Amino acid sequence: MPKLITEHRLNIILALILLIGPLVAHYAEEPFLVTLATRATILALAGVGLNIALGLGGLVSFGHAAFFGLGGYAVGILASHHQTYQPLMTAPFVINGTNQMLILWMVAIIVSGIAALLIGALSLRTSGVYFIMITLAFAQMIYYFAISWPAYGGEDGLSIYVRNAFPGINTLRPLDFFLLCYAVLIVVLIAQWRMTGARFGVALQAVRQNEGRVAALGLSPYRIRLAAFVISGMVTGLAGALYADLNRFVSPTMLSWHLSGEIMVFIILGGVARLFGPVVGACLFVLFEHLFGSFTNHWQFFLGAALLAVVLFARGGFIGLVAGRVEHD
Amino acid sequence: MSIALFLEQILNGLQLGVTLFLMAAGLTLIFGVMGLINLAHGSLFMVGGFVCAAIAAATGSFWLGLAASLVAAAALGAIVEIVVIRRLYDRDHLDQVLATFALVLMFSEGVRFIFGSFPLYLDPPEMLAGPITLPGGLPYPAYRLAIILAGLLIAVGLGLLISRTRLGMQIRAGESDREMIAALGVDIRFLYTVVFALGAALAGFAGAMIGAIQSVQVGMGEPVLILAFVVIVIGGIGSIRGALVAALIVGIVDTMGRFLLPSLLANVMEASAARGVGSAIASMLIYLLMAVVLVFKPKGLFPANA
Repeated sequence: MPKLITEHRLNIILALILLIGPLVAHYAEEPFLVTLATRATILALAGVGLNIALGLGGLVSFGHAAFFGLGGYAVGILASHHQTYQPLMTAPFVINGTNQMLILWMVAIIVSGIAALLIGALSLRTSGVYFIMITLAFAQMIYYFAISWPAYGGEDGLSIYVRNAFPGINTLRPLDFFLLCYAVLIVVLIAQWRMTGARFGVALQAVRQNEGRVAALGLSPYRIRLAAFVISGMVTGLAGALYADLNRFVSPTMLSWHLSGEIMVFIILGGVARLFGPVVGACLFVLFEHLFGSFTNHWQFFLGAALLAVVLFARGGFIGLVAGRVEHD
Repeated sequence: MSIALFLEQILNGLQLGVTLFLMAAGLTLIFGVMGLINLAHGSLFMVGGFVCAAIAAATGSFWLGLAASLVAAAALGAIVEIVVIRRLYDRDHLDQVLATFALVLMFSEGVRFIFGSFPLYLDPPEMLAGPITLPGGLPYPAYRLAIILAGLLIAVGLGLLISRTRLGMQIRAGESDREMIAALGVDIRFLYTVVFALGAALAGFAGAMIGAIQSVQVGMGEPVLILAFVVIVIGGIGSIRGALVAALIVGIVDTMGRFLLPSLLANVMEASAARGVGSAIASMLIYLLMAVVLVFKPKGLFPANA
């Protein structure tokens, strides 16, 4: 297939479209479309996280909803303690709730990183289809825990009455919150781009392509994979933190295996291992949901059919269609 | 806590265990022979439940419904294999996961479109409706006992099918060397369809049986599917014997955990807190069991020779 455009230029165009679209919507006084774009941006960030493990490392994790949900619950729980002025714990030292996003994000990243370290350390002892089933099972464990743990709403979830605060920004305005999420996404994408070319990124891709050779070079494939899995979980956890503030609500749905599947769908729709693959995929997903959802309740049927068609017949996803195959793969 | 209550919970655990075995046996066969991970297996479970409920409501006979659910699940399995699954055998696991996830979405919405969002109810057959008195004077629902017996009979039947018949020989040959058995003149494509339909029939049968003790609703197959994955990981992929042992362990550990943990914790903490903490930990118990098995036996308790 001829290359219509280089991937690099395509990425810049995509980033601009995602920025300009909501700006136009804002000045056309369509705040709902701004919120829709915010949703796409946050889901894209979750996909970017998974893409580090799945695209670069070849680790097919079917449990990333766990990190997304834990990031969300970290925000929800601390914000609820801030609302009620009850400290989260008093012994051995006092931890109070907070409504500062910067702190909440740090907590979300640390919590999901620790979870990814524990789940990854066990799951990465296996590979292939075992890895898929085990990541799915551990995510399901956290899901059931969230349902049966009554302290923070259980099955009903937990509301955040006022969106948390960020210094210098009025996060209650849809456009401000969108720009904040967009900035986070772009920063993470740049970091991933830098990482892919750095020594760690090269080693990670080498582990995917030929584990034996990497081991022969004296590197530990297990440790490289574990590091990638933890970074991947942290990014998805950060996305969960933003998602909690977008909806001002967290519930076990954020932890469900459907969500793990959807995050994976973003990647395949956009193109596996492409920097902007999850961004395109998440935007297509949100558009699809919005357009089909407006005239049928059964839009998920058509989503399934579209996904099946992409998997069977268009394996490079959107970016593969437009910018051609990955070089040197 | 009486012995009778304890025994009743053990039987409930066995009943969950044989249900999980029916699911896990199909999944592990399909993985063993075709190397395919099939998320849509839970949908076949759901279809079995819906077909049984619909036919039983139309004809008034549970047994007709049960037979129809077996036929419908097997036929649907064969069709799905021929139309979609066949194209996935040479693909990597990511493509298999995504394609079968797409099938899950389509089946769930399809069933919701046909039957609506409200759950259907399915009564157990009249001859099994009441309780039966076990030796020792314990009354236990006859229907649940029938599920345990049916599941164990199927386990024996499946074992005989695989170890004693010509089809079973081909399945075992397919597990150890696909290319060789095709080169020997066995119609491998037909064999794949048969194995997939067999797995689908087991799932549909399980769905119909369970439909009479739970409500029949969209998504009913998903928790069972994920538990069946846990069973396979513990038992070892591709091993029917491992699936049976692991299914019974998971069934009993899960049921007993939910039953015993809250009352055990009540000894060390206040009653209402013990209920909350106990049920939260009980819901994680089998996953912790899986983690322990993984640490000591990463290939499962009964690793297949593949």
